[in-house]
Amino acid sequence: MKRGLQGNEQEDGGGTSGGCQKTLKRSRKQRREKDLEDEEVRWECLPQEILLHVFQYLPLLDRAFASQVCRGWNEAFHMPELWRCFEFELNQPASSYLKATHPDLIKQIIKRHSDHLQYVSFKVDSSRESAEAACDILSQLVNCSLKTLGLISTARPSFMEMPKSHFISALTVVFVNSKSLSSLKIDDTPVDDPSLKVLVANNSDTLKLLKMSSCPHVSPAGILCVADQCHGLRELALNYHLLSDELLIALSSEKHVHLEHLRIDVVSENPGQQFHTIKKSSWDAMKRHSPKFNLVMYFYLYEDEFGPFFRDEIPVTHLYFGRSVSKDVLGRVGLNCPRLVELVVCANGLRPLDEELIRIAQRCTQLSAIGLGECEVSCSAFVEFVKMCGDRLTQLSIMEEVLVPDHRYGLDDIHWEVSKHLGRVWFPDMMPTW
Amino acid sequence: MVVNTIHWFRKGLRLHDNPSLKDSIQGSDTLRCIYILDPWFAGSSNVGINRWRFLLHCLEDLDASLRKLNSRLFVIRGQPTDVFPRLFKEWQINRLSYEYDSEPFGKERDAAIQKLANEAGVEVTVRISHTLYNLDKIIELNGNQPPLTYKRFQAVINRMDAVEMPAETITSEVLKNCVTPISEDHDEKFGVPSLEELGFETEGLTTAVWPGGETEALMRLERHLERKAWVANFERPRMNANSLLASPTGLSPYLRFGCLSCRLFYFKLTDLYRKVKKNHTPPLSLYGQLLWREFFYTTATNNPCFDKMDGNPICVQIPWDRNPEALAKWAEGRTGFPWIDAIMTQLRQEGWIHHLARHGVACFLTRGDLWISWEEGMKVFEELLLDADWSVNAGSWMWLSCSSFFQQFFHCYCPVGFGRRTDPNGDYIRRYLPILRGFPAKYIYDPWNAPDEVQKAAKCIIGVHYPKPMVNHAEASRINIERMKQIYQQLSCYRGLGMDVKWWRVPDINLVGPRCETGRGSQSARVSGVFIVKPGPTLSCEFLRSDLPLLPLGLYLGLPTI
Repeated sequence: MKRGLQGNEQEDGGGTSGGCQKTLKRSRKQRREKDLEDEEVRWECLPQEILLHVFQYLPLLDRAFASQVCRGWNEAFHMPELWRCFEFELNQPASSYLKATHPDLIKQIIKRHSDHLQYVSFKVDSSRESAEAACDILSQLVNCSLKTLGLISTARPSFMEMPKSHFISALTVVFVNSKSLSSLKIDDTPVDDPSLKVLVANNSDTLKLLKMSSCPHVSPAGILCVADQCHGLRELALNYHLLSDELLIALSSEKHVHLEHLRIDVVSENPGQQFHTIKKSSWDAMKRHSPKFNLVMYFYLYEDEFGPFFRDEIPVTHLYFGRSVSKDVLGRVGLNCPRLVELVVCANGLRPLDEELIRIAQRCTQLSAIGLGECEVSCSAFVEFVKMCGDRLTQLSIMEEVLVPDHRYGLDDIHWEVSKHLGRVWFPDMMPTW
Repeated sequence: MVVNTIHWFRKGLRLHDNPSLKDSIQGSDTLRCIYILDPWFAGSSNVGINRWRFLLHCLEDLDASLRKLNSRLFVIRGQPTDVFPRLFKEWQINRLSYEYDSEPFGKERDAAIQKLANEAGVEVTVRISHTLYNLDKIIELNGNQPPLTYKRFQAVINRMDAVEMPAETITSEVLKNCVTPISEDHDEKFGVPSLEELGFETEGLTTAVWPGGETEALMRLERHLERKAWVANFERPRMNANSLLASPTGLSPYLRFGCLSCRLFYFKLTDLYRKVKKNHTPPLSLYGQLLWREFFYTTATNNPCFDKMDGNPICVQIPWDRNPEALAKWAEGRTGFPWIDAIMTQLRQEGWIHHLARHGVACFLTRGDLWISWEEGMKVFEELLLDADWSVNAGSWMWLSCSSFFQQFFHCYCPVGFGRRTDPNGDYIRRYLPILRGFPAKYIYDPWNAPDEVQKAAKCIIGVHYPKPMVNHAEASRINIERMKQIYQQLSCYRGLGMDVKWWRVPDINLVGPRCETGRGSQSARVSGVFIVKPGPTLSCEFLRSDLPLLPLGLYLGLPTI
């Protein structure tokens, strides 16, 4: 490698040409003498398939260096197999510390490799320019047959700050041309109902995964259209306002495959927001149709907005409370979430959650992961909880401040008790004190 | 031969437990204790007035203590590499001593001085006394790598030899016949400068809440232990409204400047515990404050990039937002969230805030609300916080922003709720943000929700007399938690071409994750561990297969949580 890199400064295209022939031109005597040496260093004569295999292990930058060694290696660098996956990083110096994908590289990809691309994602920073640059690239992917497309905001959702029409037209280019989209990740974008219709019209047979949390321009009817037509949909992520009884029924229809994963974000825009209810029968239909599906729910609500939730049994498996949640609600969770696997409570308050935790241990027999922060639980109740759950608790993440010492256990001995019942060494999570 | 010694104070500003000073006095004829003040320091460096004042107090205290021993402190302006050759010649020095500095910058500086000393034929005496242990030994015991989780660190500490006893305090008996040549114009040439002389505006400056110096430190230590003994309880005290205020038994700034020896503190705690608990072995948690400090020193000592994200092998590369305007609002306490603003105000005025307050504001700046780089927060703390030294400050910021140390991040501090739970009445807010005094407890943490009549009665209209909240916390935290998840999920799978990298557990490796294939290579983190690459079925790039609320990283990385 070193030999090749020396004195070769060209951007594009090979260095020494006809390297192979040069070697053969050496005198017989020299060849005999250096036979062994030569055998080891005939890099330039490696077959393309092997080269391809090796290149696949190299990160892009190293591959690019390698491509400057000779024409042969340069050709290998541009083989379609190496351009199936790409992640465009679009950052502006004013808004990000990270560098962006080089514009020349982007040009090259669009020129030479746009029909090879199959798995593409765009990572954009918080500036509008980055989002617009992403859409410009998207608009040029006319010859692509994408299987996967991801639009990822790495900071503030900048796709929401660009003109909606520009975004929609760029996205539609992909929807129309790809015709075989399998995974689509468009969270925090201004996608709307009409563009979803275009998606469905062209990709209904292939769509398996759709992530569209926080897309405010989509309506329940829009997402229902997707569920009705895309019978292969296995994973779906959306906000609660898009969830309806009709949607769940559509996802449970006979024609529909088993759903594997449903993620719902329940987010409050303003304090005192009212949320609609979903009938128990709709959840039951889902359960019957897809008995093993994961129902993941993220709650970002004010304490008094939980009224409609957890009144009936709900097949939720992963529950995340991002803000303060009351004892009362946690009590209802214990009663109504028999399939619960993972529970995270970011904050509760200063009254101990002893009863609620015990009930959850009793009734949520699948619970294997729990995280508690800014809550209070007495040490005795906590030990009781762990005893009841036993070693099915694979993840137990409790902030140190949560545990309140009592007459039976202090902070120094509780970790032994808990470790005993868990069958492995355990400590609470600590934060630095200085 | 006459032996002339210089003792160079940097940290370790004390006469108790100062083994390098004590050892170098042995057989010395003359002794001069110096402190080198870098003239550029005050102006351009990132050190605020409270830190300067504290340091000057320390130096004055040292000078006073040395006077009692017929010696003086020599404050010298300049850079060490310029100052020393001059002093070696002028004072005919043949011995130099100083306390070992474990920080990378300190080690580099000291290496240069060692070289100069060798060239001038000066013998150098260095001793460890700023940390409990020899940090290199800790690293060695952990397979030549610093432990990257606190639990791991504690486990290694348990296997170390006992902490060395503090050295004997420097007294006239210790000094014996060693003298300090003091000139008539000592005060002019070598006196401790005042804040004004350093160029600070001192008009309107309130009395220091934290007075510096060894004398003050030792007094506080006694009070601290008395209080512990009286309470007879060594548990971490529950957080309450009072904890937020500066305590007369607080010790962290004194440990940082070295006015108080960490080893002395350690042994006094141990003795007290044994006395009260009748000879039980003290648990490690007793030394919590000291061990956290030690932990960060250990992780930092061999890593010159420890205070940066770029090029730092233990720091996750997170796409933080660049936003100088938002940063300024946070730094100056103008966020519109009274809890955050009060904390930042206390920090700026006094130089110390409670550690949970630090968590709150750090979370708000980074992964909680503003999504601004922890490096910016670290710089602000460096300027304002009395006990923020390089290793501990950078390490804590990385920890609190979830950039390293496998920290759990599911939990985000709410800038309204957290304060309200800690101090329901809001007295802390009223104390540091007098403009909000008129608000009742119900609204003082979220005054923007107060009805107009309440605001009028409080004589404070939100948006006019006090800023509106600069972000919607619910929205911001939701987005940021999602961003964090994305980053950590990328760490756990190498999204290369049809490759399926499985991470196998190799106990305690310096790693956070593999390099991900991206257009530019904004690395998630660098690998320095063993991994096995299995070529998987071609092309299975699906997103967020396991889209689960993220709990311990063990869930994704299969790493031990210890």
